[in-house]
Amino acid sequence: MNPFSSGTRLRDMIRAIRACKTAAEERAVVRKECAAIRASINENDNDYRHRNLAKLMFIHMLGYPTHFGQMECLKLIASPGFPEKRIGYLGLMLLLDERQEVLMLVTNSLKQDLNHTNQYIVGLALCALGNICSAEMARDLAPEVERLLQFRDPNIRKKAALCSIRIIKKVPDLAENFINPATALLREKHHGVLITGVQLCTDLCKISPEALEHIRKKCTDGLVRTLRDLANSPYSPEYDIAGITDPFLHIRLLKLLRVLGEGDADASDSMNDILAQVATKTETNKVAGNAILYECVQTIMSVEDNGGLRVLAINILGRFLSNRDNNIRYVALNMLMKAVTVDAQAVQRHRATILECVKDSDASIRKRALELVYVLVNETNVKPLAKELVDYLEVSDHDFREDLTAKICSIVAKFSPDKIWYIDQMLKVLSEAGNFVKDEVWHALIVVISNASELHGYTVRALYRAFQTSAEQEILVRVTVWCIGEYGDMLVNNIGMLDIEDPITVTESDAVDVVEIAIKRHASDLTTKAMALVALLKLSSRFPSCSERIREIIVQFKGNFVLELQQRSIEFNSIIAKHQNIRSMLVERMPVLDEATFVGRRAGSLPGTASSTTAPSVSLPNGVSKPVAPLVDLLDLSSDDAPAPSSSGGDLLHDLLGVDLSPASQSGAGKTSNSGTDVLLDLLSIGSPSAPSSSSTIDILSSNTSNKAPVSPLSDLSPLSLSSRATSNAGAAPMMDLLDGFSSSPPTDSNGPPALPSITAFESSHLRLTFDFSKQPGNPQTTIIQATFMNLSSDTYTDFVFQAAVPKFLQLHLDPASSNTLPAAGNGSVTQSLKVTNSQHGKKSLVMRIRIAYKINGKDTLEEGQINNFPRDL
Amino acid sequence: MIHFVLLISRQGKVRLTKWYSPYSQKERNKVIRELSGVILSRAPKLCNFVEWRGHKVVYKRYASLYFCMCIDDEDNELEVLEMIHHYVEILDRYFGSVCELDLIFNFHKAYYILDELLIAGELQESSKKTVARLIAAQDSLVETAKEEASSISNIIAQATK
Repeated sequence: MNPFSSGTRLRDMIRAIRACKTAAEERAVVRKECAAIRASINENDNDYRHRNLAKLMFIHMLGYPTHFGQMECLKLIASPGFPEKRIGYLGLMLLLDERQEVLMLVTNSLKQDLNHTNQYIVGLALCALGNICSAEMARDLAPEVERLLQFRDPNIRKKAALCSIRIIKKVPDLAENFINPATALLREKHHGVLITGVQLCTDLCKISPEALEHIRKKCTDGLVRTLRDLANSPYSPEYDIAGITDPFLHIRLLKLLRVLGEGDADASDSMNDILAQVATKTETNKVAGNAILYECVQTIMSVEDNGGLRVLAINILGRFLSNRDNNIRYVALNMLMKAVTVDAQAVQRHRATILECVKDSDASIRKRALELVYVLVNETNVKPLAKELVDYLEVSDHDFREDLTAKICSIVAKFSPDKIWYIDQMLKVLSEAGNFVKDEVWHALIVVISNASELHGYTVRALYRAFQTSAEQEILVRVTVWCIGEYGDMLVNNIGMLDIEDPITVTESDAVDVVEIAIKRHASDLTTKAMALVALLKLSSRFPSCSERIREIIVQFKGNFVLELQQRSIEFNSIIAKHQNIRSMLVERMPVLDEATFVGRRAGSLPGTASSTTAPSVSLPNGVSKPVAPLVDLLDLSSDDAPAPSSSGGDLLHDLLGVDLSPASQSGAGKTSNSGTDVLLDLLSIGSPSAPSSSSTIDILSSNTSNKAPVSPLSDLSPLSLSSRATSNAGAAPMMDLLDGFSSSPPTDSNGPPALPSITAFESSHLRLTFDFSKQPGNPQTTIIQATFMNLSSDTYTDFVFQAAVPKFLQLHLDPASSNTLPAAGNGSVTQSLKVTNSQHGKKSLVMRIRIAYKINGKDTLEEGQINNFPRDL
Repeated sequence: MIHFVLLISRQGKVRLTKWYSPYSQKERNKVIRELSGVILSRAPKLCNFVEWRGHKVVYKRYASLYFCMCIDDEDNELEVLEMIHHYVEILDRYFGSVCELDLIFNFHKAYYILDELLIAGELQESSKKTVARLIAAQDSLVETAKEEASSISNIIAQATK
């Protein structure tokens, strides 16, 4: 005998492991045991195989690798005795899962055991098959299982029924073979068989419409009868739980009836009486009774309308909601969520109670309640509800704030009756939980502020006050800094005072203080600091008295390690110091941002990713700026290399705010220095005098209102737009050219190449895929495609994989996707960028084949398609 | 359906795991780690449900052990709670007032019982008596096999004396 296989018994090994005081000791014991087991395996030791596997299972449970024992399971299963098979199958289920190829080797043994004369061995095989079979095994062994559904012993029949569920889930095509044997099970008396039979029928109905039709027609009445007999049955000790006979069977019957009654008036009609009986007669002082009621309510809500029953159901939920047991309250909230779609009015009646649940000490209940409140909000009740939620925000748990903030912002944005209320609520949220607010939320807030011209003064004063108390909230700081930059004069002079306001006195230097605090705060990130620099520049013009102080603050950043800040600092300093004469024009107030396009874009794009990478672009061959490009380029401070002249307000907003400050944006700085001319001149030399666009540039600076889309936002060209990338090759253009305001050549900006529109590349009932295009300057052959996937169904997709193929004349490069999980119902999306190089640019258009694989509830789904609707000239 | 069953001790030690949906070993470890963190830290009187990665986990504490089952969103949480209790009662009857040590040293028995109760993540039997009977029958099969083996070896031993 091997010296290592000391033959410690399982019990001794467990004791030894439990006696270990440290993890290292435990590892040592396990290592020694594993070595002994391996040695024993190598010797092909029959006597101890059984014990070794049991030990391995224990070791596996502790989290150590045990793959070397997999073959031992197979050997044990193949041996003739019951004890060996029993432990072998247990090991198989524990140590392996359906994805391991070793599993295929067991198919044959399984087949033999399914036909074994000993029914317990048949039971073991069914159990293993039901728990871990793969699609291939399901196909191979389905006939055996189908036969076993009629086995003489009920305990085998019930196992075969559950095994069938696994098989039809793995291979839905096999469903039709199981319809007849499954319906036969519904007539059984044995509870185990009945429970599993009902479950099998429920799953069949979900998988195959054919099965649903068949079972609905043939079995509805029988099931109603079974449920009635069960509900009226006398006390039976074997199945009794808290005075109810077999609640498990109750629940499964109700579930199947729900599937059958949904969308079918006749079937629903035939079950009305029994549903009413269960809903009224069930004992409710124990979990089991409540479980049945809960299921019953769910069924009543799903089957075709019967007013009376629904009232009954809603009343039951109301009772649940006021129950002291947290579990019952939780399920009530869960159920009310579903009831909202059926009878929102009835659910509204419980609003006060639900609102209380948002403040519960239990996180699970809070989450449910918040989601419910969220769907209950409408125009009429938004004010009180939002107030409650905002008030609660102040005292809520830290880890709950993120959810809560997102929901409040969404409610407020969706239902706000007027702008002042919206701004008020948002300010409260920002001051309480500013750090949890997502980018698109505060972008939207700024768009609204910008549009509410009568509220500018009010807003900036409110922000100033909020800043005094909540300067630690980053997003609040950003919004404040932006508003002070834009409307600082209104803050100081109390312009646009509303009746409801208390007057405050703010001096010019107080306003500058705020920005200085923001820029010098250690916690401020790059975006905030960059925004603060712009605000300072703006203030330097608004408050001439503070100009020198502002310049000093700005100058402090000229040696900043972050290029973006350094560059801004140097440029702005130069504007303040040397170009007094144009400063006021440069830093005029931003144009009103177009709300409609922003909202539209937001709806179309994704939370958090609405950056200019998705902006449509014009093609720029060989780096020679086309007329439109440099103009709009001015606005593009964002990170991507492709100049993304945008025609929508949303883009401008992002760009103007300079929110996408990733390192890439600094690449532009190099170009500036190359041109070797004065920075400012460079910046302003938007087009060379000979460039056809110069006239439109002049239009801008001479404040002529031009209606051309890409130009008009520039009429109030903000300093933020002083991007070095605007530098055209003709860097030496004299400034006067730009400023004298007259030009002989007519405006030609409309001749610019059109922006590339986004396309919906693929759409099915579950999924939408949109493509946004952009080009890199100087590389017309290459198109960067930003693919955005939206989930249109109500299930979350996991293991999401997108694949694409292109013909030979194209080259495709796929970047990793942003996530492999796609949240349900458009609650987010996955983005992935693709780079396509077209070697036949100008001759052939793009074409692509795509394949999208994902899992819904663990079930593989595959979608394929071809995309032919690319814009031409890509 | 039930995606997995998990028994963890108060100290976060795993006492039983049963996976009805495919999870790789890495995912399993992650699931166990995450869930034990969430569940063990919950205060005693809170509800027995935790929402987790789009699923729900129903858990219940019995003495030093937490019994957890992960279910789909549309499943009946209260029923699963009852199912956990059902399993515990069967264990209790089988071991005679079960304790954590029983489940440590006889973990395979706990698995056998679970396999008579659930297959493919669905309930198999609502009668505790039937489960007990089936387990007893299989245990006695094992016993007879063992006795036979030992009597054969006895006979061999005597014959070769």
